[in-house]
Amino acid sequence: MGALSIQGIHKTYNDTTHILKGIDLEIEAGEFLILVGPSGCGKSTLLSMIAGLDHPTEGSILIGERDVTRLPSKDRDIAMVFQSYALYPNMTVAQNIAFGLEIRKVPKAERQAAVDRVSAMLQIGHLLDRKPGQLSGGQRQRVAMGRALARDPKLFLFDEPLSNLDAKLRVEMRAEIKQLHQRTKTTTVYVTHDQVEAMTLGDRIAVMKDGLVQQFGTPAQIYNHPANRFVAEFIGSPAMNMVDAQRTGHALTAHGVEMAITDAQRAAVQTHGNADLVYGLRPESISFAAQGLPGTLSMIEPTGPETYATVDTGAGKLTARVPGVLQAAVGDAVHLQWSAEQSHLFDRVSGDRVG
Amino acid sequence: MNRTYLHRLILWAVLLVFAAWFLAPLYVMLVTSLKDAEQIRSGHLLSLPTAPTLDAWAKAWGSACTGVECAGLQPYFWNSVLMVVPAVLVSTLLGSLNGYVLSKWKFRGSETLFAFMLFGVFMPMQVVLLPMSQVLGWLGIASSIWGLMLVHVVAGIPSTTLFFRNYCVGLPDELIKAAQLDGAGFWLIFRRIVLPLSVPILVVTLIWQFTAIWNDFLYGVVFSGADSKPITVGLNNLANTSSSVKEYNVDMAAALIAALPTLLVYVVAGKYFVRGLTAGAVKG
Repeated sequence: MGALSIQGIHKTYNDTTHILKGIDLEIEAGEFLILVGPSGCGKSTLLSMIAGLDHPTEGSILIGERDVTRLPSKDRDIAMVFQSYALYPNMTVAQNIAFGLEIRKVPKAERQAAVDRVSAMLQIGHLLDRKPGQLSGGQRQRVAMGRALARDPKLFLFDEPLSNLDAKLRVEMRAEIKQLHQRTKTTTVYVTHDQVEAMTLGDRIAVMKDGLVQQFGTPAQIYNHPANRFVAEFIGSPAMNMVDAQRTGHALTAHGVEMAITDAQRAAVQTHGNADLVYGLRPESISFAAQGLPGTLSMIEPTGPETYATVDTGAGKLTARVPGVLQAAVGDAVHLQWSAEQSHLFDRVSGDRVG
Repeated sequence: MNRTYLHRLILWAVLLVFAAWFLAPLYVMLVTSLKDAEQIRSGHLLSLPTAPTLDAWAKAWGSACTGVECAGLQPYFWNSVLMVVPAVLVSTLLGSLNGYVLSKWKFRGSETLFAFMLFGVFMPMQVVLLPMSQVLGWLGIASSIWGLMLVHVVAGIPSTTLFFRNYCVGLPDELIKAAQLDGAGFWLIFRRIVLPLSVPILVVTLIWQFTAIWNDFLYGVVFSGADSKPITVGLNNLANTSSSVKEYNVDMAAALIAALPTLLVYVVAGKYFVRGLTAGAVKG
């Protein structure tokens, strides 16, 4: 039995809008679960249900051994960091952090100890007497985490906590959240629409779309073996190259160009019902070579440590991600090379992984 | 002389003229109340009192005739205080609770309920006179301060609810959720989070209700008994009690006594009033 177990969750509004269509997830104690997906995929609704702020139409939620599906939030032993931080504007930072303990009638000395512990951990000791209105975005973020940490909950919930911060601060806070988790080892559920946050923070990632979990696995599984075309394109930046391809005899061709596939993929393609496929390649799988697929450089985007190069080939437009600065100009004739092991095959209609 | 300076000058001149225009009646009342009968007869309306005296105030407060009795406004004043203070507090408290529920604990039909309550804001007072007097009769509190208090509480709930509901809608829902996760329930969230954040609208509502109930004449004249008449009725009776000579100084002093509490409330809490009316327009 895991630390958090979500079983067959359905959510329907007004008998017509089906928000969640059967969610099953389970994580072990101390794991960091990411719920990631585009807006409207149901990830925030699912988090609200874990928090007890919303209730499933069907299915159950277990925290530890306890079925909490019908329990109110306060009896679930959880804490949450909200997107807007939701600090109480009428209380000081110290009061904000201690509020949950105060309501649970924790003695004053213990409350003070918790505030001290948390503020030392998050380096917000100098802010304790201030009101939230006097804090910067990053400081509010820290206080919100402090409030959640103070109670030492069994489960930690984050609802897109970094989306209101600027890019630099977001990277800093992301690292802090990761360090915090490494230190406290509290089981965490984290909702985000940012695939970089998902990959960097998660022990396990659930990629969601249209109220369904598209894939549930470790970051490596999600990245290296995407279960379908949606997951493949959602995770990774620049996005995976997708080329329409057909089974022609024993080979796979895209606009007449034969695409490299492994023997295992060849066997899978032969037995697959649909001859129309999509051939996927991560940009970093492609490299420039003396020979291979010929094409013309149509765009060069240097980022500093690496360069994204878009090449028009007979098979279609392909983006390569090459280290360093590319010594070439737009319009140059180039050759692209990759190994068959790096390729992904998806059904063109259903989007499911073929090989 | 530059243009902005000229503009300022014109602006100030216009504003000062208007201010003087609106303050003129208050000035006349004040100076008249401080004059004796002799100067009123002979002097000019706008002239300052030559020998200021508080005799008219003393008479209006303690010995002027209001009909057959001659005890001044004093009993009416205390009737009003006894009725207004609880009526204001209760109607404001109920309004704040209603607003909290209608904005943060919505239930099926709560919007419809709110729409009906809004209807109460625009309903003319005269419509409820007859049914209300029947209800007060059934409850056995007709012609008493309690009855008048109840009428004002009921009549005030729609507007106090409207104020608080529209203010609370602006409070982020996530605050309520965060408090729920912290373990707070309905009442605790109201007491510790919503009410402290509602101070601006609380002050607005208190002033609004105080002014409305203190100045009410219609309910006061209809629902009060012989010994529960509010100050507005007392003032009316005082001014209408005919004697051989019209004592303008006493009438003016009486009117000022009747108006003083609302003026005082506005002066003390006025800046909150303006701030509260505009709060929520800009996110703080």
